[in-house]
Amino acid sequence: MELKQTRKGYVDALIELAEELPEMVVLDADVGKATLTLQFAEKYPDRYFNCGVQEQNMLSVAAGMSLEGMIPFATTFGVFATCRAGDQLRNSIAYPGANVKIGATHCGISTGGDGASHQINEDIAIARSFPNMTVLVPGDYEEAKIATKTAAKMIGPVYLRFGRDNYPVVPELQGSFEIGKAKLLYEGSDLTIISTGVMASEAITAREQLKHTGISVMVIHMGTIKPLDEEAIIKAARETKGIITIEEHSVIGGLGEAVAGVVSANFPCPVQRVGIMDVFGESGHAQELFDKFGLRASNIIKAAQKIL
Amino acid sequence: MRNDKMKLLDETKLKSLENKCTEIRKEIIRMVTRAKSGHVGGSLGATEILVALYYHLMDHNPGNPDWKARDRFILSKGHCTPVLYAVLADCGYFPKKDLLTFRRPGSHLQGHPFQPKTPGVEASSGTLGLGISTGLGMALAAKIRGQNHKYYILCGDGEIQEGQTWEAAMFANKYKLRNVIAFIDRNYLQTDGNSEDIMPLDPLAPKWRSFGWEVYETDGNDLSGIIETVEKAKKSHKPVMIIAYTIKGKGVSFMENVVSWHGTPPTEEEAERAFTELNATGTKDRN
Repeated sequence: MELKQTRKGYVDALIELAEELPEMVVLDADVGKATLTLQFAEKYPDRYFNCGVQEQNMLSVAAGMSLEGMIPFATTFGVFATCRAGDQLRNSIAYPGANVKIGATHCGISTGGDGASHQINEDIAIARSFPNMTVLVPGDYEEAKIATKTAAKMIGPVYLRFGRDNYPVVPELQGSFEIGKAKLLYEGSDLTIISTGVMASEAITAREQLKHTGISVMVIHMGTIKPLDEEAIIKAARETKGIITIEEHSVIGGLGEAVAGVVSANFPCPVQRVGIMDVFGESGHAQELFDKFGLRASNIIKAAQKIL
Repeated sequence: MRNDKMKLLDETKLKSLENKCTEIRKEIIRMVTRAKSGHVGGSLGATEILVALYYHLMDHNPGNPDWKARDRFILSKGHCTPVLYAVLADCGYFPKKDLLTFRRPGSHLQGHPFQPKTPGVEASSGTLGLGISTGLGMALAAKIRGQNHKYYILCGDGEIQEGQTWEAAMFANKYKLRNVIAFIDRNYLQTDGNSEDIMPLDPLAPKWRSFGWEVYETDGNDLSGIIETVEKAKKSHKPVMIIAYTIKGKGVSFMENVVSWHGTPPTEEEAERAFTELNATGTKDRN
């Protein structure tokens, strides 16, 4: 299985967009080596602004640049973008609907060795709760790239979520990307698994294993958390006996609760949420942490058994 | 076309600006009294700064608010919308009758500046510390494009206790944003009392100088002082901070230097007393 970084998809997209969008600029807060934006800086030094360890200032500066017609991509770790600079994300960017794109890397437990302080499992909850905010959580390198390019061309604030680790490249995710549209990866009639971000590969593995036991599973991938593709969720609720969500994020406020909200209002059915169970993470390798914190196909299968 | 010549102030112009200040102050009292909500003290204190900028120093065009070469004003101490809205309406950015709707449901005149809705408002602000950074981002964009208009930013003295302000201070120095002329409205009062008791700020000028800014000090309630200082500031090769010493509540005797007038609206009776005083000032000026 080929492994690639989603943050690399982000920076590759920025480099490819640069010629086409002369108003695009990239900002970073002294983590350009880690977010990979230094690769953009090498090619376009005049369009790169290292704001130092100043995430709050960076987000408000980005809002100011957007008021003058530029398209800033403000880049830092997710924990800083949503928590350290939460006020600026809300009041400088979301509230006025500033045309700023936030490239949030090192999100989720797979941030690994840095431990819980840096493993943001709450950023989707924060970002999606702000009015005006579009929230994209791509599933692999290619989707990260196309999501970044799509975000650049829409007007309005976008929160783009990426991880730190190498993640499987998922052939099923290839093709077009439309903001607000779910991707139906597999049809099925018994259960539905809905994934977001890098959990798509675990969802597909779980489907294969359940298939061996005679269970037919629909698999849907949500590259957009907001606006959420409610139609796809309601269809899944109608056509299968229940839904399992999986996300590398807290079960509070993320994909799972968003799906449960849509289902309960439109076509109630059992929803099981697989994710970080309201705990902080800890240091470790990404793969160990996926095991320890229950983000595997096996956890999806256990959740499926609760429904069937 | 921009006019970047030095803008001199003669006696007649000075008189008319002084009268304008009185009119704006009356509008501030009227808005906040009617809304029964809003920040009157800081608005009264900053009146000369905004009048000097909008009626004398800045190149701007209310008939064409999006004119690219205009000078921009950013109210970082966002709670002082009464003075900003009174000035913008008087300049003609929106009808004066809109001022009746300040802080009311459905109004474009929010308690704190909201750029997408209000003509003439350049940037949204509110939670303290945001506006200066937003202004610097705008100024950086103009610098990249080689434009030569200015960015005037007004911060409160209490506001600069926010750490973000000092992030911004470093940023302006790094990018040599000489198109920025900022003010600190130095009235020594903040919500809960005297700034030097709550979180001391002095000595302010050396702080900003050490962050790489050119610093001037002036009486912030003296129109000629403000105008002369800004004319000097325009020639600076660094970002400029003007420490403008003001009297919170300026122009209404019972509000001057009284901390409780930070965010308390006047009663109808208090407003009447204020109008009487301000009308007397106006008469005195005319004699």
